[in-house]
Amino acid sequence: MGCFDENSEIMEHFFHPRNVGKIDNPDAIGHVGNPKCGDIMDLYLKIKDNIIIDAKFQTYGCAAAIASTSVLTELIKGKSIYEALKISNKKIREVLGEMPPHKYHCTVLAEQALKAAIEDYKNLASPEP
Amino acid sequence: MKKLYLDYAATTPTDPKVIKAMLPYFYKLPGNASSLHEAGQIAKKAMNQARKTIAQSIKSEPEEIVFTSGGSEADNLAIKGVFYSLDYPHQHIITSKIEHHAVLYPCQFLEKQGAEVTYLPVDKYGMVNVVKLQQAIKDETVLVSIMHANNEIGTIQPIKEIGQIIKAEKEKRKKNKNSLPIYFHTDAVQTFGHIPINVNDLNVDFLSASAHKLYGPKGVGMLYVKKGIKIESLIHGGEHEKGRRASTENISGIIGFAKAVELANQEMEKENKRLIILRDYLIKKVLDNIKGSYLNGHSEMRLPNNVNVSIEGIEGESMLIELDAFGIYCSTGSACSSATLEPSHVLMAMHLRPEVAHASLRFSLGRWTKKSDLDYVLKRLIMTVNRLREISPLKVK
Repeated sequence: MGCFDENSEIMEHFFHPRNVGKIDNPDAIGHVGNPKCGDIMDLYLKIKDNIIIDAKFQTYGCAAAIASTSVLTELIKGKSIYEALKISNKKIREVLGEMPPHKYHCTVLAEQALKAAIEDYKNLASPEP
Repeated sequence: MKKLYLDYAATTPTDPKVIKAMLPYFYKLPGNASSLHEAGQIAKKAMNQARKTIAQSIKSEPEEIVFTSGGSEADNLAIKGVFYSLDYPHQHIITSKIEHHAVLYPCQFLEKQGAEVTYLPVDKYGMVNVVKLQQAIKDETVLVSIMHANNEIGTIQPIKEIGQIIKAEKEKRKKNKNSLPIYFHTDAVQTFGHIPINVNDLNVDFLSASAHKLYGPKGVGMLYVKKGIKIESLIHGGEHEKGRRASTENISGIIGFAKAVELANQEMEKENKRLIILRDYLIKKVLDNIKGSYLNGHSEMRLPNNVNVSIEGIEGESMLIELDAFGIYCSTGSACSSATLEPSHVLMAMHLRPEVAHASLRFSLGRWTKKSDLDYVLKRLIMTVNRLREISPLKVK
């Protein structure tokens, strides 16, 4: 097997990504990256009482980018948006295991996708009564 | 699991016949070609014969061949060797944006030493524009370096036409009493041993080649240096290679190189016909069966073994990793495969849309590629594309 260990979490999440797809009527969308840099991540969240009850993603990018978003959705499901915001790219890397340094940006982009989605939620959410 | 090596442009397996030819020179015949005793003279004689075989294959003379450690060294030797041989401060070099880094980086290095370099653009097929090249020539131009065929997209450049232009420029300078020479170098690493080369027809002064691209061993290559041209050596330490490259000659490597050339020449015509059929078969099958797929490079002026396609909506490295898991070895020009995060400089120079440049896959075929292999590749590739397109937010119309 090539540049990633066959049994690594990266390969596991690349070949069996969790939570792929879109959510109908999502409460938040995080869209980061662009075709120019070779990575695009779309994160969809369903949020109830500030709890992320569902998360789905679509990613255009390399194996590490796909794996990073997959891990992210697993990490944030069931968490409050405040807890979720504490999840950093480092945490994603901890789950994925060893990766070459030039792949770190994939995990950074996943973190940015989450931040963008929560920002989107805050903008959309109606002010407290 | 079946393993399918389709990265012959990166390197080729060493042909067992080549290995067999090399083996005696490791233990049984240990001589250093510089030694005066019998063992040394045996090595020298074998090396001379190898040099002759290689020289003849491009219609040149044995003393015009300088053995190197490979293609990169040959490119460096041509470019820096010319620069340091001329006592002229403002040398101008012309090259193209799609050269191998073994040409581009020495050029960039020489820019820091005071040289001026023109990097010619290419068209959407990766072809250098001959008119633009001609316009770029100045009185200070000392070297034009254009690759024979591009390693990524397989486009074969109009080397013969460029050779004519340089030849005319040489004659013009003679008339105008401009004593500054102008030389023409071609990096033929992808073509040597694959398509016929005649240095006299091409009018080249320098030509780089590497053994491991034609079923020879890694670690040996050569630079053809036209008779009468003086270049500065990059490695000092002896009179080897007529003072153009010091170092004890890599006898076994050189013997293997010559054997590889001999085999390539025997099989070239037949093998090329076979490869072109396979190449065009795979290209057609991909384009017919995968929506949003494109051929990169020129459809006709193309290396017989090169298939380079972009598949929209998916990033190249992810396809490569999945194919790898199914035993299919290919390569990509996508950014994720490099530390720079930029897609390949070749695809960018062709002005491909970024999502197309990031979505390239190169399959390079070779001596052991069969049609049934390509059917397997196609089947797996379609499955990979379908799976990754499910994950991708970019939808293909």
